[in-house]
Amino acid sequence: MKALKRGMLLLTMLAIPLFLAGCDRLIVFDPKGPIARSLTDLIVYSIIFMLVIVVVIFVLFGYIVWKYRARKDDGDFEPKEEKGNHTLEIIWFAIPIVIVIALMIPTTKTIYEVEDVPQGYEEEEPLVIHVTSADWKWIFSYPDQDIETVNYVNIPADHPVQFKMTSAGTMQSFWVPELAGQKYTMANMQTKLYMVADNPGSYYGRNTNFNGRGYAHMDFEVQALERDDFNEWVQEVKDTANQLTEDEYAELLKPTIIGRKTYNQTHLQWIDHAHGGSEKYLNPELYEIHHGGEEPAADEQTENTEQEQVETEENASESSSHEGHSHH
Amino acid sequence: MSLDEFFVTGDPLILGSQIAIGLTMVGLVALITYLKRWKWLWREWFTTVDHKKIGIMYILAGVLMFFRGGVDGLLMKAQTSRPELGFLDAQHYDEIFTTHGVIMILFMAMPLLIGIMNVVVPLQIGARDVAFPKLNALSFWLFFVGAMLFNISFVIGGSPDAGWTSYFPLAGKEFTPGVGNNYYAIALQIAGIGTLATGINFVVTIIKMRAPGMSWMKMPIFTWTSFVTSILIVAAFPIFTVALAFMSLDRLFGTHFFTVAAGGDPMLWLNLFWLWGHPEVYIVVLPAFGMFSEVIATFSRKNLFGYKSMVYAVAGIAFLSMLVWVHHFYTMGNSAAVNSIFSLTTIMIAIPTGVKIFNWLFTMRKGRIEFSNAMLWSLAFIPCFTIGGVTGVMLAMAAADYQYHNTMFLVAHFHYVLIPGVVFAVFAGLYYWWPKMFGFKLNEKIGKWHFWLFVIGFNMTFMPMFFVGLDGMSRRMYTYSESTGWAPWLGFSAVGSVVMAAGFAALCYNIYWSFRYASRDVGSDPWNGRTLEWATASPAPHYNFAVVPEVDRIDDFWYKKKEGKTGIKKSDLKPVHMPSNSWTPIFLGVAFGIVGFFLVFEWFTLAVISSILIVIGLVANSFDYDDGYHIPVDELEEEEREWRGELK
Amino acid sequence: MTQANTPLEYRSHQSQMNILGFWIFLGAEIVLFSTLFASYFVLEHNTAGGPAGQDIFILKDVLIETFLLLTSSFTAGLAIHFMRNNAKNDMIVWTIVTLLLGAGFLYMEINEFIHYVHEGATIQTSGFTAAFFTLLGTHGAHVTFGIIWISLLLFQIAKRGITEKTSSKFFIASLYWHFLDVVWIFIFTFVYLKGMVG
Repeated sequence: MKALKRGMLLLTMLAIPLFLAGCDRLIVFDPKGPIARSLTDLIVYSIIFMLVIVVVIFVLFGYIVWKYRARKDDGDFEPKEEKGNHTLEIIWFAIPIVIVIALMIPTTKTIYEVEDVPQGYEEEEPLVIHVTSADWKWIFSYPDQDIETVNYVNIPADHPVQFKMTSAGTMQSFWVPELAGQKYTMANMQTKLYMVADNPGSYYGRNTNFNGRGYAHMDFEVQALERDDFNEWVQEVKDTANQLTEDEYAELLKPTIIGRKTYNQTHLQWIDHAHGGSEKYLNPELYEIHHGGEEPAADEQTENTEQEQVETEENASESSSHEGHSHH
Repeated sequence: MSLDEFFVTGDPLILGSQIAIGLTMVGLVALITYLKRWKWLWREWFTTVDHKKIGIMYILAGVLMFFRGGVDGLLMKAQTSRPELGFLDAQHYDEIFTTHGVIMILFMAMPLLIGIMNVVVPLQIGARDVAFPKLNALSFWLFFVGAMLFNISFVIGGSPDAGWTSYFPLAGKEFTPGVGNNYYAIALQIAGIGTLATGINFVVTIIKMRAPGMSWMKMPIFTWTSFVTSILIVAAFPIFTVALAFMSLDRLFGTHFFTVAAGGDPMLWLNLFWLWGHPEVYIVVLPAFGMFSEVIATFSRKNLFGYKSMVYAVAGIAFLSMLVWVHHFYTMGNSAAVNSIFSLTTIMIAIPTGVKIFNWLFTMRKGRIEFSNAMLWSLAFIPCFTIGGVTGVMLAMAAADYQYHNTMFLVAHFHYVLIPGVVFAVFAGLYYWWPKMFGFKLNEKIGKWHFWLFVIGFNMTFMPMFFVGLDGMSRRMYTYSESTGWAPWLGFSAVGSVVMAAGFAALCYNIYWSFRYASRDVGSDPWNGRTLEWATASPAPHYNFAVVPEVDRIDDFWYKKKEGKTGIKKSDLKPVHMPSNSWTPIFLGVAFGIVGFFLVFEWFTLAVISSILIVIGLVANSFDYDDGYHIPVDELEEEEREWRGELK
Repeated sequence: MTQANTPLEYRSHQSQMNILGFWIFLGAEIVLFSTLFASYFVLEHNTAGGPAGQDIFILKDVLIETFLLLTSSFTAGLAIHFMRNNAKNDMIVWTIVTLLLGAGFLYMEINEFIHYVHEGATIQTSGFTAAFFTLLGTHGAHVTFGIIWISLLLFQIAKRGITEKTSSKFFIASLYWHFLDVVWIFIFTFVYLKGMVG
């Protein structure tokens, strides 16, 4: 028994520095844009309340358990019966109500805040990007620029972006923790998400909603560029990238894991999955499973990426989209 | 369908289990035959309608499923212990987290709680059995057959692989064409019917069969929580029945309830699922709260502090639990107003829950806290569950949830709620009521090993998940790259899961050891209990009470003990009416299992033919006019004398 | 508990529990049908190019079905009345009338379904047809089950007479039958009438 307790103590001592070392670097506590910042502020605000609650309960718990523990010599002790105590019960009914109110006010404020263009950017016209999630890739269409990218999205820094999101099949969730939180992408429906990046940089994004075998690999990179660099990149794509054809698009929607791609034109000219029609791209046979079998279309992963890549300085490191997770 | 499609092939892990399962089955059959125990099994267990035996069978099945679900958990932890491990492939991992979730909630937590309810509730209210003993047996067999049908999926046909939430469109035929998710739809349907019947049974039992004098506010708190849980079952399970029926129609008959094409609405599934699924969380947690209340009061040697506010809190939690389902999909693009309202209802659950925590603390205050195993589990519950609770409040804040949703933070949270809230409670309940079920205690020393290993392992396993979640790891990822920096957290977590498994092994060893060596001389009331189950022999006789006790106040037995009024008079003995055993429940259970199996494989002709079995069972039941039998007074007297001594 | 003014079906404690249990079961059935209705309302307009309600519903047939089922509920009530008067033969006659009306309802409903299928509305056509056929089909399956159940009870009453046990069984079955009638009124109003209006 003693050895166990000592072991526990040792483990706790080991665990604490590990936790502390980790905490300040956690991605959710490291926002890089106004929307994510208001989410983080809300989270930190709530954590303070929660810590107070935890400390009160733990201290009370430790004190009571220690003070009123059974002793060897008080075997006959017969505690007094207590029915309850109205004053006390009203107190611990009322305090949580106060806490609920204290939490609800900033929560509601933030809920409304994140559904709109962030403060300070109301004057600027947001850049609209359509997001289409498919198995197991992210497709980004720029309707005004008439270009399309896969598994990475470039945005101008310090400028509001509005994502109009849908899915070509299964449901996904579009998450960019450093910039905007997340929202579902669903076939036949459109969800909207605002995003602003303070500064140029590379940010980690991924799907959080399980959607089959390729799910773990379904991440993407958000690349914020200076305004001029962004325009330059758009121009470069228009000059050098291949046209997106309908066949190529159908190929894209097959359940595969692929690298990055860049195209002239967008698929929105044929189909907007927010308004139905996705079923003509679906082929259940491609979803048949073979136990102990190979990863879905892993072979396509490497060969296509190189040739169709538009050369820009950032995606030289496209092999791992976790790069966006910059603090590691 | 060819044979190699029928059996899952190609994976050494699964091949190993197939062989192991085959050998175990053959071994079991051989052993029972060798010991000539078939008749005994049939008479004493398979056809029994005794609530205590049914409860024990539930518990046994629950422990078995705990093992299966635990192995799933260990495999997942092993696979993610290091970055880019190739131990499990994506498909296998997906199947394992799906079965882990389904089994732990529906086939581990539910049967263990319903099992303890079965054993304890009739005893606590001074009843001879539940209201409908035969229906009770049917409930068990439907649950058991559903669980077994679900479990064979990993060797026959392939496991479900769309998560325990089975979200559409993924769970539709277009995206998961195999039979895996058919198992989900059919097996859960069969088990669900059984659960619904249990709910109805306990509502009526508690309304109609309380001992004379036991008015509502004199009922033991565990009975109260069981009652509220039963009402929640009746209110919530039909929703799941409908959702699963739609799912089956979509998958088996090509309808368009939840499909992407032809006007289906996948979000309808999410709403229906959580309209059931959120109350389901409280269905498992509420009876657990009741168990802690009983144990804490007993081992503090005090009555429960604020009994009435506890009852109101339970009712309040149950009511609110029906109004919060949208918090499972704040990120679906609801309007800000909808998200705000559901944030409010969700956070409000913290109010009655907080009341309960403080009532427990004040029950112990000024008491005499005895650290028996049952009490240790109840004590560990309070801090661990508090962590689960406060992180729940954090998740409830819709805007903040945009960062937590579907991440490991969420996974950590619900394990911090469900493991302390349900598993710790079940352990506390098992240690506490074990002597009432079997007539001996579980060993306290081995129990301490079980306790410390499990609690430490639990915290080691799930605490790191909060942090990887906040660091961008979403749930259900079978692998991750080195550059994410998650490896140390997940490695530590994997070690923790092994420690937790060692704790479970200690429990199994404890059960084995105690069966063989524990003292059988524990008396009827080994813990100095407060409620009526301690007023009869341990193990409880099949008629429960020779004379139905009369109740004047809450914790009546506690005061009667002090007044020395627990004895019974010979003149009060009357013949006791008992229900007869019945073959129809197990027959119907097996019939449902056969039909279900054929439906899973979409062999409709066979399904229709075999459903004649169900009709036979129902007709036989309708024509059954068996009135049971009476235990004569001499027999009662003899049994009672054995533990009470001579009757006056 | 066994006073003369207590109806026969309520006299034993077990019968009281059976009846209470059945009421609670009906509570679960209400949840079940509410879920089916709610899902129908969600999917009602998702016709995906297939026929909508007002294109195919035939009000005349539905009115006849309504008449048959409502009448059967009345005759089931008569059967209970005669059961309480211990008039076994009258009770059996009115039960048979109830069953015939129920069978007539089923016949009409099956015809109605066949008609819809000919109009190109099968259960697989759209979200609307899936929800429609499932809601109606669940009700129809309940009626079918009720007919079989009450027929079995008829045998038992014929053989054993009106006893504490048989009367409580029959009373429960009649509760079920009335419940199906209530569900039908909701279907008639919220599926057919609402669907005709468009």
